[in-house]
Amino acid sequence: MDVSNTHLLDEAVVTTKVDAVIDWGREASLWPFVFGTACCAIEFMATAASRYDISRFGAEVLRFSPRHADLLVVAGTVSYKQAPILKQIWDQMPEPKWCIAVGACASTGGFYDNYTTLQGIDEIVPVDIYVAGCPPRPEAILDAVMDIQRQLKREAKFEVRNTDFKGKLDDI
Amino acid sequence: MTSDTMIKVTGDLLLDTLKSAKEEGYTLLLDITAIDNLYKSHPPMTRFELIYILRHENFKDVRSYKVPVGDPEIGVETITSLFASADWAEREVYDQYGIHFQNHKMLKRVLNHNEFVGHPLRKDYEITKGQYCTVSQDMMDEMKPLLKEKELDLQKDNLMVVNLGPSHPASHGTIRTLVALDGEKIVAAASEIGYLHRGFEKSCENHNYNQIIPYTDRLNYCSALMNNIAFAKTAEDMLGVTLPDRGIFIRIIVAELSRVIDHLVCLAAGLLDMGGQTNYWYLFNPRNNAYDFLSKLTGARLTNSYMRIGGMAHDLYEGWETDLDDVLKKIDFGITESLKMITHNRIYNDRIQDVSPVSAKEAIDYGFTGPNLRASGVAYDLRFSDPYYYYDTFDFNMVVGSVGDTYDRMMVRFEEMNESMKIIRQAMKRIPDGAINVPDKRIILPHKGCVYGGIEGMMNQFKLVIDGVKVPEGEHYGAFEAANGELGFYIVSDGSGTPYKVKVRAPSFYHLAAYPKIIENYQVADAIMTLGSMNIIAGEMDR
Repeated sequence: MDVSNTHLLDEAVVTTKVDAVIDWGREASLWPFVFGTACCAIEFMATAASRYDISRFGAEVLRFSPRHADLLVVAGTVSYKQAPILKQIWDQMPEPKWCIAVGACASTGGFYDNYTTLQGIDEIVPVDIYVAGCPPRPEAILDAVMDIQRQLKREAKFEVRNTDFKGKLDDI
Repeated sequence: MTSDTMIKVTGDLLLDTLKSAKEEGYTLLLDITAIDNLYKSHPPMTRFELIYILRHENFKDVRSYKVPVGDPEIGVETITSLFASADWAEREVYDQYGIHFQNHKMLKRVLNHNEFVGHPLRKDYEITKGQYCTVSQDMMDEMKPLLKEKELDLQKDNLMVVNLGPSHPASHGTIRTLVALDGEKIVAAASEIGYLHRGFEKSCENHNYNQIIPYTDRLNYCSALMNNIAFAKTAEDMLGVTLPDRGIFIRIIVAELSRVIDHLVCLAAGLLDMGGQTNYWYLFNPRNNAYDFLSKLTGARLTNSYMRIGGMAHDLYEGWETDLDDVLKKIDFGITESLKMITHNRIYNDRIQDVSPVSAKEAIDYGFTGPNLRASGVAYDLRFSDPYYYYDTFDFNMVVGSVGDTYDRMMVRFEEMNESMKIIRQAMKRIPDGAINVPDKRIILPHKGCVYGGIEGMMNQFKLVIDGVKVPEGEHYGAFEAANGELGFYIVSDGSGTPYKVKVRAPSFYHLAAYPKIIENYQVADAIMTLGSMNIIAGEMDR
């Protein structure tokens, strides 16, 4: 459904579902919150800069308040010290919300298998897309954003997602 | 080369010895660390030994002191009265090794979280034993004494306490500063770090020398290659080998290119913080061009892992000169365009001139190095004071500021990029042909043809991969002029292929330790610019 060109429609009436209209709008206006901590955050900066230009996919409105955002991009290593902050930010984001784990560290802890690094952020928050790489190239981050766009079209609407998820820091 | 002298001192004489060393001219405290001798084959009398590394004001001589610690609970006297930089350095030793420092005003953990039990760098602490943190500390235990010192009261003086960071784009994601505000003015501040503590030093004790190279990439991830080189060079110094000339010139070229990239990121982000988004495009795009060159050369954009102990993975590719030349032209263009927009821009100049100045004496006391120290007017650059890799034969200048304010810190970086490009251009002309690696089978992996074609080559490869490069027994501090300042590696080897201990002397750690002090009496918006101008890279700060 393309309603951007009004001349095509003229005075015609289009029937559709409310859900479809909302999804169509949501798809191209993801507002990411970048939880950038390390090397991957530098690559996210490159993704946002003019060569890779994340705004081509409608996700350039980087909001650094979680209450404005619907896509959490965790770019970088998350340590045990950082984990409660990550959880607090995730809890502050309004539903429906999505989460991308960018890079090896956020996905699994990467090669930091040690006393200080959280072995994957999915111990704390639910993750929709994992991006491989250390750090991933900007193209891979864009691919993850497009994956989320495809995913959100398929999902049930107006629902709180991941109700059955239980993180390690929940209910403490 | 760094002239190493190790002096043994007992704990009770430590303060007096360092006092006289300071009077002798050893004014820059580089680092404090400790060694846990638990697993040494011939352990000394005490389990723990403290290491103090100082640099002379001629910026050439380095002196280390070794202090045996009888009882870590009792520990030794603090030296914070002599060196301001000792404050956080001692806190780190306390955090990682559990050694007490008497009369230290705020001896608490700095890298690990407040719920952490035990001391991770002790040899009997298991590397994989993680501990969850449930709540962040409120930091008021640090703020209250600060306010008391200044005779301020939160209620009476109507102060507001605000967190800057850690999850904020201008705090680079991992730095938390608690500030007490009087209106917009910061009256007291305390910083908390460790959010990106990734256990570099513990990981080093569990990997062989070449396996550590990828970890060094992720210290200062804006100039990964420089960390590679600094680490490899320190290990090579311990082995007593030097690279063939072509190898050295490749290292100079990629190191200086990394310095340019590092400064580009710092300035682009700093200017973005103050709203200069156009500068961000102009400075970030040539950086992408530089990364194209590096990914063609090393296979990775950011974390290159190009160096090896005794050399590097492979030679330069065919046609690299044209590519690099093109990159330099684009960087040149980016810098020129960016400078056009800010040199006579009143917003830029008025906002950062005379903001958070650091005098030369203070800067040395805080342990500043690199561009931040040079901005304060101290002519210290290892490439000049203790030249390695033929740096003394290149024609380039040291860039020195005058007052050490935010403006100086940024402009020194702008100029340094031009100087680095000068070095690259000269090196491109002078680079000789020949070998790139040390011709030593005990260090460098054999050619793949030999590995698959003969038993000797295969055994050679097997031994090097399984055991690692065997570095002779000893202790060595190697320093390198990295993009952010003096990047030092203190390596203790027991003669095996895995280091017994590695300590990184990270410039950002000391820069940030001073940060809460220098932003006092300035506004919140100034503090953001000051942080941007100091180029704090969390990877090397928290390690």
